[in-house]
Amino acid sequence: MNRLAAENLHVRLGAKRVLDGVAAHFAPGQVTAIIGPNGAGKSTLLSCLAGLRAPDQGVVKLDDDTVLSLPARQRAQRIGFLPQMPEIAWAVDVRTLVGLGRTPYIGARGLSAGDDEAVARALSVTNTTELSHRNVMTLSGGERARVLIARALAGEPQWLLADEPLTGLDPGFQLDAAELFRALAHDDKRGIIITLHDLHMALRMADRVIVLAAGQVLADGEPINALASNILHQAYGVETKLTVGAHGPVIEILNRRIK
Amino acid sequence: MTTMSPHRIIAVLLILLVMLSAVSLIVGKVWVPWNAWFTLSDDPRWLIILELRVPRTILGIAIGFALGMTGAALQGYTRNPLADPGVLGVAALAALGAVLTLFLGVATTTPWILPMGAMLGALGGVATLLLLAGATSSILTFILAGAILNTVASAGVALALSLSPNPWALNEIVNWLMGSLVDRSNADVAMTVPLIVVGCGFLMLTARALDALTLGEDGARSMGINLSVTRILLAVGVALTTGASVAATGVIGFVGLVTPHVMRPLLGARPGALLIPSGLAGAVLVLAGDIIVRLMPSAVEIKLGVAMAVLGGPFFLGLLLTQRRRVA
Repeated sequence: MNRLAAENLHVRLGAKRVLDGVAAHFAPGQVTAIIGPNGAGKSTLLSCLAGLRAPDQGVVKLDDDTVLSLPARQRAQRIGFLPQMPEIAWAVDVRTLVGLGRTPYIGARGLSAGDDEAVARALSVTNTTELSHRNVMTLSGGERARVLIARALAGEPQWLLADEPLTGLDPGFQLDAAELFRALAHDDKRGIIITLHDLHMALRMADRVIVLAAGQVLADGEPINALASNILHQAYGVETKLTVGAHGPVIEILNRRIK
Repeated sequence: MTTMSPHRIIAVLLILLVMLSAVSLIVGKVWVPWNAWFTLSDDPRWLIILELRVPRTILGIAIGFALGMTGAALQGYTRNPLADPGVLGVAALAALGAVLTLFLGVATTTPWILPMGAMLGALGGVATLLLLAGATSSILTFILAGAILNTVASAGVALALSLSPNPWALNEIVNWLMGSLVDRSNADVAMTVPLIVVGCGFLMLTARALDALTLGEDGARSMGINLSVTRILLAVGVALTTGASVAATGVIGFVGLVTPHVMRPLLGARPGALLIPSGLAGAVLVLAGDIIVRLMPSAVEIKLGVAMAVLGGPFFLGLLLTQRRRVA
């Protein structure tokens, strides 16, 4: 069995219940988008799933193991994680940065030929091969985002968890990244879990949408069902209209309604 | 980026180091030129070389290496190009620890007490910094924390000095604090070098984690790095290198700050790859500085720590100005 599962997660930050009994099971081969208002607990859920944060209660399981009990290296080989607005501290070149994605595999002797191949594949999948000798500090926002995705892919994880990977990208790059995530899920059979703010992109790219509000799962299912207007009203307090047009479903945000 | 092969840079630094070591054995109040070396079997100049210049040279190399590598490790961990044992107050706390052992009079009874005090002081400093780094790792936090530690340490030293009952001890402490390699013995070498070697070993173990930290703490942890282990290795390593250096020669600042900056454009910025070259460059810098100090035509030899600070201050200022954007 191959799955990532969150069972009854509770996380408290002071008096605030950031996650309040979240349960969700994930299967590979799918893009799952987690949406929800600011402060709903999206990032917290994602870092619990990645095994980077211990929930106060509940458990995250990867196949039959508890994610937190896995050795850190092994966990890192299986679950890739892209933090929100990732920092790049030093002016290294792109090839070196993407090579850092091999960290969970590096032995005492440094990068092997196999590592080099994985890095080359990650660069080519993300269309960043021609950037490999560029200094990361000179990249545009779109290039930077692609390079960071390449870094996460260099570890060839079965699961890729990305916290708002589309934020700050122009529409063209957003579509490119969405295509890439879909291909990773559908063609390579990886499990892709991302958090999003853009309802359009969620509708467009995800196979499944989880709506999180006040630390609880409000809806979980096909995008067209999970993004229904009554759910979005409850989550965001906005009025929306979902129509199916010639180019597929479209979501319109009409106005803010007082709850 | 035009970076050179690390092996070539290490080779160049090693050659420089060998040449400077030779000069360091020759130069001083009493010159011992090459051609005299083979004829001075029972010449008193042999004593000068064996008992003074050899330990002075070895200590210069060891302490330069320790400071250079420690600076590179601290900069890598904090992702802050302004970090260094001096700027962050770790060296000052090491000095305070050593001064306290002198003040309490326990240092004269047992020789290892003073280095122990210095290492405990350094450990306290680096532990405080790492606790702060857990909350936020902004450059501003570190510089402020360093300013606070430096203030506390110098206040402590001033207090110990003002309460010191013995004017000779006072003179001794003040002289030692200024940082110098003058009149160090082979016993000092035997005490200092093993501690520095072990400390540098600890720092080398953090290399992969320092590389991974290029992607921030979450990034590093998601790639399987255990940051608690990294912090312990770093704290012990820095305490050993800084504590042992300060105990042997007093505070010699700016070496740890400057050398990673000189190496970074040559080697690329990957922090783990900078550790050894920064160490070697630090050794070159301290040895060269010590030779220059010996060549100065002044009646009383200028203190190495003072000379380094005079040179390093403007460098640090320039660095702050170019970093202003990131600090603000």
